[in-house]
Amino acid sequence: MHSVVCIKQVPDPAQIRVHPVTDTIVRKGVPTKINPYDLFALGAALELRDKFGGEITVLTMGPPSAEDSLRKALTFGADRAVLLTDSFFAGVDTLATTYVLATAIRKIGETFCRPDIIITGNESIDRETAEVGPGIAKRLGLLKLTYVAKIVGLDLISRTIEAECRAEGGVQVLRTKLPCLISMLEANNQTRRGVVTDVLPAGRAPIVKWSAQEAVVEDISKCGAPGSPTIVKRVFAPSPGSEKAGLVEAAEQPTKVLMKPILNSQPRLETDLVAQARGF
Amino acid sequence: MSNITKAPTPAAGGRAGAKKELSEHFKAYKHIWVFVEQERGQVHPVSFELLGAGRKLADKLKVDLAAVVIGPEGEATRNAALESFCYGADLTYLVTDNVLSEYRNESYTKALTDLVNTYKPEILLLGATTLGRDLAGSVATTLLTGLTADCTELDVDADGSLAATRPTFGGSLLCTIYTLNYRPQMATVRPRVMPMPERVARDAARIIIHPLHLVEEDIVTKVLSFVPDRDSAKSNLAYADVVVAGGLGLGSPESFQLVRQLAAVLGAEYGCSRPLVQKGWVTSDRQIGQTGKTIRPKLYIAAGISGAIQHRVGVEGADLIVAINTDKNAPIFDFAHIGIVNDAMHLLPALTAAFRARLSPHSRDRLAS
Repeated sequence: MHSVVCIKQVPDPAQIRVHPVTDTIVRKGVPTKINPYDLFALGAALELRDKFGGEITVLTMGPPSAEDSLRKALTFGADRAVLLTDSFFAGVDTLATTYVLATAIRKIGETFCRPDIIITGNESIDRETAEVGPGIAKRLGLLKLTYVAKIVGLDLISRTIEAECRAEGGVQVLRTKLPCLISMLEANNQTRRGVVTDVLPAGRAPIVKWSAQEAVVEDISKCGAPGSPTIVKRVFAPSPGSEKAGLVEAAEQPTKVLMKPILNSQPRLETDLVAQARGF
Repeated sequence: MSNITKAPTPAAGGRAGAKKELSEHFKAYKHIWVFVEQERGQVHPVSFELLGAGRKLADKLKVDLAAVVIGPEGEATRNAALESFCYGADLTYLVTDNVLSEYRNESYTKALTDLVNTYKPEILLLGATTLGRDLAGSVATTLLTGLTADCTELDVDADGSLAATRPTFGGSLLCTIYTLNYRPQMATVRPRVMPMPERVARDAARIIIHPLHLVEEDIVTKVLSFVPDRDSAKSNLAYADVVVAGGLGLGSPESFQLVRQLAAVLGAEYGCSRPLVQKGWVTSDRQIGQTGKTIRPKLYIAAGISGAIQHRVGVEGADLIVAINTDKNAPIFDFAHIGIVNDAMHLLPALTAAFRARLSPHSRDRLAS
């Protein structure tokens, strides 16, 4: 059983700022980490390996410094890591990202072993689009399950997978065929850390680095900025609130101080609530 | 929206200056479409909100607004098509087939991409629900066009291009994104971000029925079961008129019941900030903010919530924001309308008691005022 887990190294979103003069995104000095959703993806892959054996390849696209996150993924128990790094990959949107990652997954299949399942986080905490997982599946012609809360079953003989997927107002239990792609929500699987049998081989595990050429990207115009149909024209910081709240410092009877403005500002609220309480 | 600030500036990669050079075959793409989402016979309100937003864009571009209704045969789907006219659609594209009775990515992607390839819209909008985001990502990749997720503002430029503004980096920044040279220009918008337009009773106009050409045997993915959320989790948080929420300032999972109690007295829904979900105190469907629900209540009471930007973007649409926090420098006081520097642990029970007395049918307080 071969799982490919796609991860992303993300900056801490809360620490990103717009430069006050140049209006560009300031990333310098902002700490990075593995996108939290991707840790659940890796956790799911580890559970599958525990049950079925086989191996896990983690894959990321990013600057050379993204090696840090791959190294970390190896200490969590991945068997192999692949870093896609090339100036041709810079300035991508989600569509171009899926082109590069899908190409690399094909190459992983040829170089090492064909993947049975590709697992991604449902979305990244910096861009939050939830588009990359489904896009990779589409590019590879694979079936996919998104918003996966839990893998309920997997059968390597009938080559099927069953999963609980979050839907509006409930959970859909879906079954589909392997190979497929699943994107994981923040799930119940606890990301395990520091298991000795996971950590010890990590130091020896190789990090494979591929440029666009090495990953056999055939059409360079489909990656990076030229392959991205969306164009970011403006980046700006949200404006601060128009005025600061009128603060009531620990007043003697805060409930009185509070209830009057609430009820005054929402004249219909009280009648509505009373009517509701009477059961109308 | 109130978030517009500085002058346009070049963004990463120097592509901000890119010009619209639409190739010949894309020039046939016209009109605005809104995907009307149904779940088990109910139209998701976000679809009507999008028809409202789409109507404004269509009027500005002087084009038609079309609703796209995909679903099983029967009354619910037909009603969804008819209702769309009451929320501003000029025409409706309809794909009905019983293999569409439950949402599956394969069948819905085929239905929607077939429609787009046949009738060629310039703009396609979907709700950023779990269903809408799943569908939009697949359709955009199939059509090899641009998709901007979770927009908070939609507009059209002088040259007719869709300007889609969305928060990024967890709401720390906003960016305006264009799909200049590909069609359709796709965007998703979260529930409650756009105001609900008024329903105006109207007769159905044009309905264009399009076949699916798909049988059950063609679809690999099977729905084994659907487990509805427990009643307690079936919250209508996004659409509630009054919301009470708690944050880390509550100190312990047990204190969260103070939030529930005030909510119960006010007939309100309760919610929380992200840390409480991460700590496992509250389930994720109650999370308010950038990665949770966007709310637009008449009254929002935030207890012990510091008000990080990720929370702020989800609650800014509230008419009245009341914040209770012990830290007078908490960022929530930057956008709350009424701020109380006090311990939520003491104030919540006091408020619960005060409202209970006031709202009782025999309240002397109320009758006196």
